[in-house]
Amino acid sequence: MDIATIVQVLESTLRLATPLLFACLAGLISERAGVFDIGLEGKMLAAAFMAAAIAFVSGNVWIGVAAAVGVSVVMALIHGVASITFRGNQLISGVAINFLAAGITVVIAQNWFRQGGRTPSLSGDARMQRIDLPFAEALRDVPVIGPIYHGILSGHGLLVYVGLLCVPLTWYMLYRTRFGLRLRAVGENPAAVDTAGVSVIGLRYGAVAICGVLCGLAGAYLSTGLSAGFVKDMTAGRGFIALAAMIFAKWRPWHALGAVLLFGLLEALANRFQNIDIFGLALPVQAMQALPYILTVVILAGFVGKAIPPRAGGSAYVKEH
Amino acid sequence: MSTSGRIPNWADVTLVPLFSVVLAFLLSAVLIWAIGESPWAALKLMVEGAFGSSYGWGYTLFYATNFIFTGLAVAVAFQARLFNIGGEGQALLGGLGVALVCLYIPWPHWSLALIAASLGAALFGAAWALIPGYLQARRGSHIVITTIMFNFIAASLLGYVLVNILRPRGSQDPASPRFPSETHLPTLHEMLAVVGIPFSRVPPVNISLLVAVGMCFAVWFLLWRTRLGYQIRAFGESEPAAEYAGISPARITIYVMLISGGLAGLMAVNSVMGEQQRLVLNAVEGAGFIGIAVALMGRNHPVGVFLAAILFGFLYQGGAELALWTSIPRELIVVIQALVILFTGALDNMVRIPIARAFALRRAR
Repeated sequence: MDIATIVQVLESTLRLATPLLFACLAGLISERAGVFDIGLEGKMLAAAFMAAAIAFVSGNVWIGVAAAVGVSVVMALIHGVASITFRGNQLISGVAINFLAAGITVVIAQNWFRQGGRTPSLSGDARMQRIDLPFAEALRDVPVIGPIYHGILSGHGLLVYVGLLCVPLTWYMLYRTRFGLRLRAVGENPAAVDTAGVSVIGLRYGAVAICGVLCGLAGAYLSTGLSAGFVKDMTAGRGFIALAAMIFAKWRPWHALGAVLLFGLLEALANRFQNIDIFGLALPVQAMQALPYILTVVILAGFVGKAIPPRAGGSAYVKEH
Repeated sequence: MSTSGRIPNWADVTLVPLFSVVLAFLLSAVLIWAIGESPWAALKLMVEGAFGSSYGWGYTLFYATNFIFTGLAVAVAFQARLFNIGGEGQALLGGLGVALVCLYIPWPHWSLALIAASLGAALFGAAWALIPGYLQARRGSHIVITTIMFNFIAASLLGYVLVNILRPRGSQDPASPRFPSETHLPTLHEMLAVVGIPFSRVPPVNISLLVAVGMCFAVWFLLWRTRLGYQIRAFGESEPAAEYAGISPARITIYVMLISGGLAGLMAVNSVMGEQQRLVLNAVEGAGFIGIAVALMGRNHPVGVFLAAILFGFLYQGGAELALWTSIPRELIVVIQALVILFTGALDNMVRIPIARAFALRRAR
């Protein structure tokens, strides 16, 4: 592998990791508040469709992004109503959200555009434009810094940088604000939060809504930045890879960034090479695709550092009378 | 539930799922209306397409056979309060078991091939469920997450096996060779022809339907007539109580996952051996996930699973007809499926509260 190939692979790693990063942080915030969410995939898919459809109709990608966030938040609130208000099974609700999105996006896409469940291709202002970072051109030929700054970091859609910014923001919110402290507490011991006079239900709805916003951005980047339009089932399991990354990172924001970059790199490598030689051992492309899931199972099994979810996760809070 | 009053048991197992389905259908009708089609015409087309001819019945029952297997798989696990979301992967591996049995052993007669293929399917499916089961039992890894991960790992594994091992030389298609003709399972057309009943020869519904019905009885017998079944249900009702009574949670978890995975794997006998006659990449086509809806609607009871599987078989066949004759795509069925899962599985308290109020009113009078 020469330098140019490595730069290209890392550049696409960053792009492929961005939807994973948004979805991973979304799941992290929701689960830190005690609401399990396996519906990340569905929210991303619905958002991807909405972003592409509205961007195409309006000709402006940012109106599309806003619509994507809107639809994703609505779906997050359905999950909230089912799992917080009606104390239903959070996992089953997540499964339902995934199917709802998988079905309804195709039904509506077919009805609106009649192209077999896809949106027309986006071009011009309906796509997310690449942004050149300041001095990227000037630093282009500087050794080491040039390839990293100009080749890898510069020239992405705005949401890539927003995603990277969300990592410290999430960290700050969780560990340095009162809201974050309460949010973490509500995922570990909701009764204590309730005793302190803070609304468990309000906090959990807040977390679920933030989760919706982030999933909306994940889906919007997928259909307007990473590709140019929506196709049926385009998330292709990314919501679950994000879930895997969240567990891999043990529900911590900075580690989440590391996990999604690793999984993004695996995807970038699988896209570029059919087989990879590692010390004379040919690794088939399928192994690369399965690796994020295998790593997550290994981490879950606790053979290499155990992943322990928030203690009150998955169960609704019932107030004592 | 305690706050919303009590519902008689018969109402809980009939009215709650019925109301949920009606709600799901009403919302779907609104969707059909919103995209400019007539819900009533759509329903008529679906009923005629699924039940109006032996051709329609044949496809309805073929799909239902798949859903009985995957529905039972989810239901058995739910009885022990384990959510096996991995039916899809277990059925994929079951398909691999069927393919190996059919391709590499020369069978003199289909009946022997059926028995061996069923064992192969169940064994491979069970093996794929064993690892998540073991990890849940011994290491406390959440079974929902591990079974989801195993679905994806199964898809990659099958892709590798099909492309690099089973694919015939010179073929571009990632699929196994065709199974020998001796492994062809009798279709319902052939079986009914023996007793002189005419039935369409087109649909792939086959003798696996009887295997599926047999499995309904077997699961009922296991759960309500055996010691293990009692332990499974006791464990599902209350883990601490079961443990206090001397039931080992780890043992029950592993047994339940083996049974559940085996049932999901058996689906491949119908779809891989009964229909495609070769192993392809997407042999399961989401049937593993429909098992979740079927089990929830059927209240985790074999009789309920059977009825719910017929309903989903109707939706699948009717949905195919709908896609053929109108501009409504097949994915409408996925929406209905999602709504059924939402109302029966996650929003069941919302459905239950008005029913409980109605009963409380009646009692008050």
